[in-house]
Amino acid sequence: MKASKVAQYGLLTALALVLSYLESLVPPLWVPGVKLGLPNLAIVFALYRLGWRDACVISLVRVVLVALLFGNGAALAYSVAGAALSLALMGLLKRTGKFSSVGVSVAGGVAHNAGQILVAMAMLETARLAWYLPVLWISGTIAGVLIGIVSGILVKRVPEQK
Amino acid sequence: MEWLKTHRNDAILIAALLLAGGALLLWLGLTRQAGGFAQVRIDGETVLELPLNEDAEFVLGEGEHTNTLVIKSGAAQVIAADCPDQVCVRQGAVRYNGESIVCLPHKLIVSIEGGGSNGVDGSTG
Repeated sequence: MKASKVAQYGLLTALALVLSYLESLVPPLWVPGVKLGLPNLAIVFALYRLGWRDACVISLVRVVLVALLFGNGAALAYSVAGAALSLALMGLLKRTGKFSSVGVSVAGGVAHNAGQILVAMAMLETARLAWYLPVLWISGTIAGVLIGIVSGILVKRVPEQK
Repeated sequence: MEWLKTHRNDAILIAALLLAGGALLLWLGLTRQAGGFAQVRIDGETVLELPLNEDAEFVLGEGEHTNTLVIKSGAAQVIAADCPDQVCVRQGAVRYNGESIVCLPHKLIVSIEGGGSNGVDGSTG
């Protein structure tokens, strides 16, 4: 691995971590789980600039670090499920070549929320949480649009490292 | 709209997701019924079932994992908890069948059950 790539990995991971922390400072709205998904800025950027595999590594490192620093073991399971489903879908959509960073990030946002709810439903052994799904579905779409637009601009404007 | 022309697939995806989410939300909203009782589960096990037509206050859990649940005028609400995120407290009151309050750190779920005509009206305790 080239030194410049190592540096980019480190930078994006740190950025994703700081954005996670920033987002944790924002008090949750009336429905738990409704949030902007700021760390996804770094992940979508990594997806476009470095590639799918690199985005996965950065996302995984972020999730584990966040759990160690601010969360607990249970939260790790939800986060990993959300991040994994989100990256799988974003990778797929990007590969079709038919969507811009907006469509890709929207799919990622919705998948992230759905993944977290599905794991929470399995862990708490209840289907009751399905009630949250439509709200998180819509909020994930809106958040995905915003994140997609901003990361699209970033990918265009931030100069490429050689 | 210039953007719509260059991002047709994105727009279709966004519209489809919003429509599907909206339809689901509408369906849930139209079919909702006031609940009969609040079922309290901790770690998957049902520990309490509280009728919503009797005002009550309970401290759920033990040690440093407690949530204070209040039943008042047909609604259930967690008014205090010693978890770090306080998501369950901020969520406010729930009263409709199928709604729930979740405290992930304490693995606690308070869900509203038994709505409709055959609620708790017929029970004699």
